[in-house]
Amino acid sequence: MAEKEEDVKLLGFWASPFSRRVEMALKLKGVPYEYLEQDIVNKSPLLLQLNPVYKKVPVLVHKGKVLSESHVVLEYIDQIWKNNPILPQDPYEKAMALFWAKFVDEQVGPVAFRYVAKAEKGIEVAIKEAQELFMFLEKEVTGKDFFGGETIGFLDLVAGSMIPFCLARGWEGMGIDMIPEEKFPELNRWIKNLKEIEIVRECIPPREKQIEHMKKVVERIKPA
Amino acid sequence: MNQEEQVKLMGLWGSPFSKRVEMALKLKGIPYEYIEEDVYGNKSPMLLKYNPVHKKVPVLIHNGRSIAESLVIVEYIEDTWKTSHTILPQDPYERAMARFWAKYVDDKVMLAVKKACWGPESEREKEVKEAYECLKCLEKVLGDKLFFGGETIGFVDIAADFIGYWLGIFQEASGVTIMTAEEFPKLQRWSEDFVGNDFIKEVLPPKEKLVAVLKAMFGSVTSN
Repeated sequence: MAEKEEDVKLLGFWASPFSRRVEMALKLKGVPYEYLEQDIVNKSPLLLQLNPVYKKVPVLVHKGKVLSESHVVLEYIDQIWKNNPILPQDPYEKAMALFWAKFVDEQVGPVAFRYVAKAEKGIEVAIKEAQELFMFLEKEVTGKDFFGGETIGFLDLVAGSMIPFCLARGWEGMGIDMIPEEKFPELNRWIKNLKEIEIVRECIPPREKQIEHMKKVVERIKPA
Repeated sequence: MNQEEQVKLMGLWGSPFSKRVEMALKLKGIPYEYIEEDVYGNKSPMLLKYNPVHKKVPVLIHNGRSIAESLVIVEYIEDTWKTSHTILPQDPYERAMARFWAKYVDDKVMLAVKKACWGPESEREKEVKEAYECLKCLEKVLGDKLFFGGETIGFVDIAADFIGYWLGIFQEASGVTIMTAEEFPKLQRWSEDFVGNDFIKEVLPPKEKLVAVLKAMFGSVTSN
């Protein structure tokens, strides 16, 4: 039975890596969906109704079932639409994908952006701390086209939406070269590989607009 | 079974995160070698080798490979050993909901309780209210089910082990009350059933020892 667009709705925000990664997953699996852009400052009654716990995007609605939290949504999508699998079948490989995805969102994201923007101990120290975390990812992707191997997988969607197409635009606005090629050849190669993929290119925020957006976010974070 | 196939668990006697993994192993009848780690004192070379990213417990070692992050480990255990006791539902939506609420316990509830019990006095009222609201949310999610997992202990029950056992102890050690039987009759009944379960009670750390350690670590909030 073919999916109808009405079957799947996605509440998202154009600059959010969390909602962009869900779009990538849906496109990867060829799932038609209705996209509903959200104002994350003046939240709509629909968003508050569908995600009363966190009041955040992304929110996926599939045949009336409501899901939020991007990692949970990605796993759900993978289980419903079996083509182009995102998570590995092997329990250990799957655990590694989940582990590193958690690391990206909970450690890399905050340290490589918020801490750097605040730079409480000085910008050099903040960058050094962030680069120590990127070294782990550099090692993880060494010798592979993607974190998922020959094709993109869960960690590519999480790290891809977060690092090159969100954090990197923030670094550009701050004038920081966080992951220079000489220090992180593998990560840079991975980013080049990602950019070759059409569905990834279709799901990334427009560059200039996002650089401006991230500059505003930095202003809000920076100590007065 | 050869050496590599044997399961080893590096843990900390009083940690609810560490205990989650032990609970999963016990429920599924998987024998394991337990290794106590002096996490707050001297981290062993073994810990630094098997969890270089976070240098924390729990760490599961199986087939010569290590996995960290308690809920990632529990999911790995579920995927690897197909025994009669299933921890996660088969239905993709129910599975997603279990992951969502387990994450909620981790991201919101535990942090809120910690801040409420051990945070600064000036923030106490606000933090207690926040923790109270989080627990009310879980009270509603539990409803009239025997366990969060339904008839048997599941993923959310294991994730919420802190609420089932440690919360009462935190309250006693800190002198701060968030959850009472009158206000939370369902969670109260659930926690009694949870800690009363044969597999669960086998791994719970001794109460008096925990109270003493917590009091020493944080100091009692209300003077005796």
